Amino acid sequence: MAREIDRQIIGDLRDNGIDFVTSVPCKQLAGVIELVDQTDGILHVPCNKEDEGMGLCAGAYMGGMRPLIMMQNTALGVTLNSLATLIQFYQIPLPMLISYRGEVGEPVACQVEMALHTKALLAQFHIPTYHFHKAEDVAELPGILQHTQMCSKPTAILTDASFWGSAK
Amino acid sequence: MIRYELLDLLKPTLTEELVVCNIGSPSQELHALDDQPSNFYMLGTMGLASSIGLGLAMATDKKVIAIDGDGSVLTNLGTLATIGNNPCDNFILLIVDNGSYGSTGDQPTYTGGRTSLAKVAEACGCENVVECSAEETPEALRAALDANRMTVIVSKCESGNVKCPVITMNPITIRERFMREVAR
Ligand SMILES: Cc1ncc(C[n+]2csc(CCOP(=O)(O)OP(=O)(O)O)c2C)c(N)n1
Ligand SMILES: [Mg+2]
Repeated sequence: MAREIDRQIIGDLRDNGIDFVTSVPCKQLAGVIELVDQTDGILHVPCNKEDEGMGLCAGAYMGGMRPLIMMQNTALGVTLNSLATLIQFYQIPLPMLISYRGEVGEPVACQVEMALHTKALLAQFHIPTYHFHKAEDVAELPGILQHTQMCSKPTAILTDASFWGSAK
Repeated sequence: MIRYELLDLLKPTLTEELVVCNIGSPSQELHALDDQPSNFYMLGTMGLASSIGLGLAMATDKKVIAIDGDGSVLTNLGTLATIGNNPCDNFILLIVDNGSYGSTGDQPTYTGGRTSLAKVAEACGCENVVECSAEETPEALRAALDANRMTVIVSKCESGNVKCPVITMNPITIRERFMREVAR
């Protein structure tokens, strides 16, 4: 069920020209994914694996659209090569709205394993990284989206359980 | 007929269309045979040519041909389900099926064994799937372009590569000149 926070995020995406979204679901992203599917002006094309999604985004970008990918932090493992050799090598702006599973409030122990590596991998790959921990952190989203276009890089927006839990 | 000879045969057909070309020998051979701003060469990222092609076709009205390989489609098999469920009539996926990982020394792939990519594509929901010989491929591609319907062509080729120079063009140059072509 989409909530106020989901509406705000989708509104920010629209206001900042995002018109192509691909995703692999995460429970935490269920609301935004449900909404993006119903949003006029944003084409949502679900992918089967997140590296495939990055290919779709690269193509959409070259066709004149502004893409964004929604994925879980566990997907970092399958996207590193695509991030380095496609998104970064060809300088494609790509905001990644990432559910940061495995942080405080996480019910599934296995999720902690990739959470341990998430920021280290993003730092190793020189990916500008923003961490939404409290509901009000979402106010940074428009700036991050503009920054992504300005620098033509992939950027990571990590949204943890406390963020989703504290948001309305 | 090997990939290089097929690409040479396709030259007269690849004029106005946007081409996204698979990593390694396919891009090097196409670049040597027929470099054009309308070619997007993948210099890495095995597996994503079909995804880049589909994403591009969704964003433009121009015709898009992704020249992919059997090994690369096998590594990103989910792409066929995405293509099958999001038909774009300006998109053609041309799989050069030489039954091998050509660029890395012709090691066999499973399409040289029991696996049929044409059947997988059909099962994934792709409506127009054509399997043909390399010799028949120019005609199949022409027909697909004229039909204005999304088509997956599985072109059965022999294994083998022609030694061509590595592409040294800057990736940003490749992308920017390609995007100017898209916007033209
Ligand atoms: C992740 C990854 N694994 C392996 C490679 C090495 N590699 C580059 S091209 C290629 C072969 C691709 O085969 P196919 O798509 O059938 O194209 P062909 O050269 O046969 O036309 C391989 C294995 C790579 N670039 N990336
Ligand atoms: Mg091959």
